[in-house]
Amino acid sequence: MSASTFLTLKNISKSYSGAHVLKNVNLSVKAGEIHSLLGENGAGKSTLMNILFGMPVIHETGGFEGEIILDGETVAITSPREAMDLGIGMVHQEFMLLPGFTITENIKLNREITTENPISKILGRSLETLDEEAMATDARAALQKLSLTVDESLPVAGLPVGYMQFVEIAREIDKKNVRFLVFDEPTAVLTEGEAKRLLDVMKRLSAEGIGILFITHRLDEVLEVSDTITILRDGEVVHQLTRKEANVELLAELMVGRKIERPALPRRKTEPTDEDPILTIRDLQVKMPGELVKGISLQVRRGEILGIGGLAGHGKLGIANGVMGLYPATGEVRKDDKPVSLGSSKSALERGMAFVSEDRRGVGLLLTESIEMNIVLTAMQIQNKFLRPGFLPALRLEDRKAIRRQALKFIEELDIRCAGPAQPVQRLSGGNQQKVCLARAFALEPDLLWVSEPTRGIDIGAKQLVLDLLVKFNRERGVTVIMTSSELAELRKICDRIAIVYEGKIIGILPSDASDLEFGLLMAGKNTRKEVG
Amino acid sequence: MPSPHRGLGVPAGWTDRIKKSLSGFGLPRLIISGFLLLLFILALMMKMDLKILISDSLVRIGMNGILVLAMLPSLRCGAGLNFGLPVGVICGLLGGVISLNWNITGFAGFFTAIAFSIPPAIIAGYLYALLLERVKGQEMMVGTYVGFSVVAGMCIFWLMAPINNPALIFAIGGKGLRYTLTLSDTYAKILNNFLAFSLLGVTIPTGLLLFFLLFCFLMYLFFRSKIGLAMTVTGANQMYAVSSGINVRNMRISGVILSTILAAIGIIVYSQSYGFLQLYTAPLYAAFPAMAAILIGGASLARASISHVLIGTILFQTLLTIALPVTQTILQGSDISEIARIIISNGMIIYALTRAERR
Repeated sequence: MSASTFLTLKNISKSYSGAHVLKNVNLSVKAGEIHSLLGENGAGKSTLMNILFGMPVIHETGGFEGEIILDGETVAITSPREAMDLGIGMVHQEFMLLPGFTITENIKLNREITTENPISKILGRSLETLDEEAMATDARAALQKLSLTVDESLPVAGLPVGYMQFVEIAREIDKKNVRFLVFDEPTAVLTEGEAKRLLDVMKRLSAEGIGILFITHRLDEVLEVSDTITILRDGEVVHQLTRKEANVELLAELMVGRKIERPALPRRKTEPTDEDPILTIRDLQVKMPGELVKGISLQVRRGEILGIGGLAGHGKLGIANGVMGLYPATGEVRKDDKPVSLGSSKSALERGMAFVSEDRRGVGLLLTESIEMNIVLTAMQIQNKFLRPGFLPALRLEDRKAIRRQALKFIEELDIRCAGPAQPVQRLSGGNQQKVCLARAFALEPDLLWVSEPTRGIDIGAKQLVLDLLVKFNRERGVTVIMTSSELAELRKICDRIAIVYEGKIIGILPSDASDLEFGLLMAGKNTRKEVG
Repeated sequence: MPSPHRGLGVPAGWTDRIKKSLSGFGLPRLIISGFLLLLFILALMMKMDLKILISDSLVRIGMNGILVLAMLPSLRCGAGLNFGLPVGVICGLLGGVISLNWNITGFAGFFTAIAFSIPPAIIAGYLYALLLERVKGQEMMVGTYVGFSVVAGMCIFWLMAPINNPALIFAIGGKGLRYTLTLSDTYAKILNNFLAFSLLGVTIPTGLLLFFLLFCFLMYLFFRSKIGLAMTVTGANQMYAVSSGINVRNMRISGVILSTILAAIGIIVYSQSYGFLQLYTAPLYAAFPAMAAILIGGASLARASISHVLIGTILFQTLLTIALPVTQTILQGSDISEIARIIISNGMIIYALTRAERR
């Protein structure tokens, strides 16, 4: 082992009650290196990090095999605190910040700089006076390293999401002994601009000699910053390569372990046109916190797949939520030339629209209920389907046979991997939960389907399946699909047209074969084409 | 790591299987059942008359059952345990007093009482539900105080009530309803005695049990209906309900009203078996035994069903019925069983509430 090797994970194996989740994983990170760890959900990335940080869950389940070597010495890390003392820091995916506290206080939490006072001399260190000036200076220094110009005395609550991520990083680099940082999917919640800044910061930190382990799903980010890339699949290291050897297709292929194919989409008999609109939106404004829509007009062609893209926070998610009545909205929405009353999910559903929410666990599913209940409930409430005959509509009883039939049909059609239609959905994987959400919408037999972030948080294999399902639904049943997504690549794969939302307004609509440059410019708020639509 | 890996490759031993079925049954229910068994054994050793104990238990199960059932709609619609149960209880008492005032006897009297308790229960339940809508998230705490205040307010009403049937009002002063009104001349034990028969020396209060089971069945059907499912969904995930076009406010209000109506009917069933209508401060703690019962049955804030009502009522009421004579025989003259009752019921409520999932 060379002297410059900073941290080595050697022959790490781990099993939970007989099931191997990690098998002989070897990985080492040098000082000043950015090492990316790639893998699908369930590949073992989080288990590996839990081992590195000595999380209790590892010890409670019988520990692990292998060694962690730091500067040539084997270390036993039995708690996150020890990892911290050894100079290993972590930037979390979810922010671990106190919203009501200032940036300085968050950065310095539990490591405050204090001075003695008479009371503390008697009663101990915990009553010493805070040296706020010194703390502020430190905090500013840490923020400056990240080239973040924000007043460090501001409370964290109310900061843009991207800033919070930087405060979190500032806290880690303010720890004087930090030599090694783990970034756990740090760009998941950032806009593309913020993500780019973050990557710059990572480069700068590594230039200062900090070793970085970068966990992410985004292949282009990996290619941009990493020195070395390790790909984990089913608990094993399948490949280790340098950036020069890598390209997107190769990484994706290694990660999934099967070729990703991009077949041309099937053609329709007649292509959708502006002459036959299914939905007309005029001056729609939606008050969805963080995703304000500030006056959108849009015409959706019958039978098309329309993409809505744009950066996070610019309001693309607000459109679907506003039309479907989940957030207060004003404006005019006409479906098949009949008005949809805003603020009422019922009205929207009754007009033949269905919605697959971006908030799968919050809006999309009843986690403790069975798969079949999740699928049929909305259709039952809106269309009186799956009910036995009765005089009072409200008191008609559920038709269990019809429900079971429908559930089995969807489980087969959408390939939902489950123990049976009565299994609670909370035990399903993300991809299968998403399929249940789709089944819930399909059960309504809509002619217009809104889908928001359909592939968020599910692994690559399941992603492709979900996209295929949308295309199939569109082509075979003629359902118009409006898909909102942060992943432009995904939109370009299946959409006919893509509308880009910028600062709460639609700045332009492009065909999906438009150039990267045009999309990039629209995302940045510059429309180069004159006409819209 | 997620659970799919658990148990793979390792054959589940019989100890595991026992552990699993035990944890499915729930620790509190296990302890209570064990305690119950112990009491039965003690009763046998003391040579007490088990037949009477069982007869008494059946009566108590039947008379308390509907009050426990009243917890179900409020839990299901997401309003939590109905700490405001006294609101419904008072409406039931009101119906009871009206029926008694007209001196209607037999089943006619019993059903008149129910008929006259439902309209006030709907109105009071609606107002109570409106209040709960304003304090969403703190329904249970506010409900407790609503229950207490309503009982206090009604104390004034019972004193001022425009009723001059001499059998019902204070003998001295000629105004104000008595503390307890006897039903012995009207409809006391009308359900208990309906089709009652004796089996191996145990008296079965057929009518009472059937009436309870009938309501359980009606509630079962209700929660399988369109509106019942909408109510359940509202409690399980409000956003899912909204996105399914369900009017969640109406569902929560309906759930609370339904709970209030059941409480009103429940107290009339209770009173006919007890033989008296208890006014004034008697309804103060009506909610607690009912809550304890459904929680012992295995219900939680997130999940409650008819089976929880049935199991809980049977365990809790049998326990109370048997604990009293047994402990009294063992510890002569002490009041230990009353203390045990309070510890068990309130302890159970605390246990269940601390385990509640945060929503």
